Amino acid sequence: MTDDTLLSARGLSLHFGKIPALESVDADLWPGEVLAVVGESGSGKTTLLNVLSGRMHPDSGTVWYRDPHRRLHDVHTMPAPALRALHRSDWGYIHQNPRDNLRMSVSAGGNVGERLMAAGNRHYGNIRAEAIDWLTQVEIDADRVDDMPRTFSGGMLQRLQIARTLVTHPRLVFMDEPTGGLDVSVQARLLDLIRSLVARLDIAVVLVTHDLAVARLLAHRIMVMQRGVVVESGLTDQVLDDPQHAYTQLLVSSVLQV
Amino acid sequence: MTAKLMLRVEALSKQFTLHLRGGLRLEVLHGIDLAVHAGECVALAGPSGAGKSTLLRSLYGNYRADAGRILVRHDGAMVDLATAPPRTVVQVRAKTLGYVSQFLRVVPRVSAIDIVAEAARGLPPEAAHTAAASLLHRLNIAPRLHALPPATFSGGEQQRINLARGFIGGHPVLLLDEPTASLDAENRDIVIAMIAEAKARGVAIVGIFHDAAVRSRVADRLLHVTPLQDAA
Repeated sequence: MTDDTLLSARGLSLHFGKIPALESVDADLWPGEVLAVVGESGSGKTTLLNVLSGRMHPDSGTVWYRDPHRRLHDVHTMPAPALRALHRSDWGYIHQNPRDNLRMSVSAGGNVGERLMAAGNRHYGNIRAEAIDWLTQVEIDADRVDDMPRTFSGGMLQRLQIARTLVTHPRLVFMDEPTGGLDVSVQARLLDLIRSLVARLDIAVVLVTHDLAVARLLAHRIMVMQRGVVVESGLTDQVLDDPQHAYTQLLVSSVLQV
Repeated sequence: MTAKLMLRVEALSKQFTLHLRGGLRLEVLHGIDLAVHAGECVALAGPSGAGKSTLLRSLYGNYRADAGRILVRHDGAMVDLATAPPRTVVQVRAKTLGYVSQFLRVVPRVSAIDIVAEAARGLPPEAAHTAAASLLHRLNIAPRLHALPPATFSGGEQQRINLARGFIGGHPVLLLDEPTASLDAENRDIVIAMIAEAKARGVAIVGIFHDAAVRSRVADRLLHVTPLQDAA
């Protein structure tokens, strides 16, 4: 059945002191679907990503994940080792800063292979071959496999992080501003790469971005957040071309035309 | 009429509320009715600003209908796009409902042929590539351009790539927004022929054609869209 959600959240609320980071947020994600979460800085979108992925606990609300055996897991009450196992294999998390995910003292190939080993692979030759294959897929020359990440540019580091994340064929990937802080030419390359990999591998993605053009390019659906509240959600092109809520209209009209 | 009903619009209304302009309301469409059968082409007619593009975008689900129904025959059943959840609209667009916009939205780094090939439905990559190449060839896009991203192409070339992208999917319902606007006479005739072939295959078409000569050659009927009076 493809009609079952992969991830479902109901009534997520989280306050930092008096500041509402999330207010009764509901979200659903289906297999192979890309959902963008947009809003300005401080709107709660990264907090939502952290709560959906179990990295942060909400004050109230529930997140359900359906595993490949169709079993439902409550992300916030499941045992910590089971959640870590999910993050090692079925899930991926791409950080805005690749250094938060990569091990800078381990070679490029090692960074990719390490996640395979964590997922249970033991055959060194296979791991190395797969790592090289993934470096090539993210357009890093195979002869850089033994180089240290610190010799890589920002765009290459981001692509290396993507290879490290996707090597275990996750079904669900959380992305936090994956193109933030990169030059536009590097951004374009990365976006194209993410777009083609996500479509080809049929990965579901929750994508946090403040860039509406990135959301339009990658996402099927979009959620607009303001001060912890989802003010509007729907089909990406409908929300961006015919925004209903005052805040969405403000966001859309604030984008500079090139 | 014995042909199958493919698209039915009932009492469609659309207005825009501009929150940044003090909640100004612009009523654009009111009580639009339309039925399009397989193999039929309906042209939207009316002066500039009457709401023809708004209607076409509403039919695609790009604009949200405020009232009324937009029923599209999808997988043998009529689906109401005005109320369908976003996921259903994505499925209807993938399989049933095609749309050729006025302007190509270019994706950085993606070549002309890939832009077209990725819109082919259900074909393996090689076959999609071959189909895309032959469509581009038919639309007189030189082979040396196929591998280039179309960002720097002329308006007419971009429009033909957009047309190839719209036609390669073979959707049973097709929406065309000014498909010949920036084309020369030769390419215009090719597009007219493609529209005629699609109709012969049973594709139901709704289009905006400013060129009266094009309109008279492809359209079976006109739907007049009249500008609404400004609310006081």
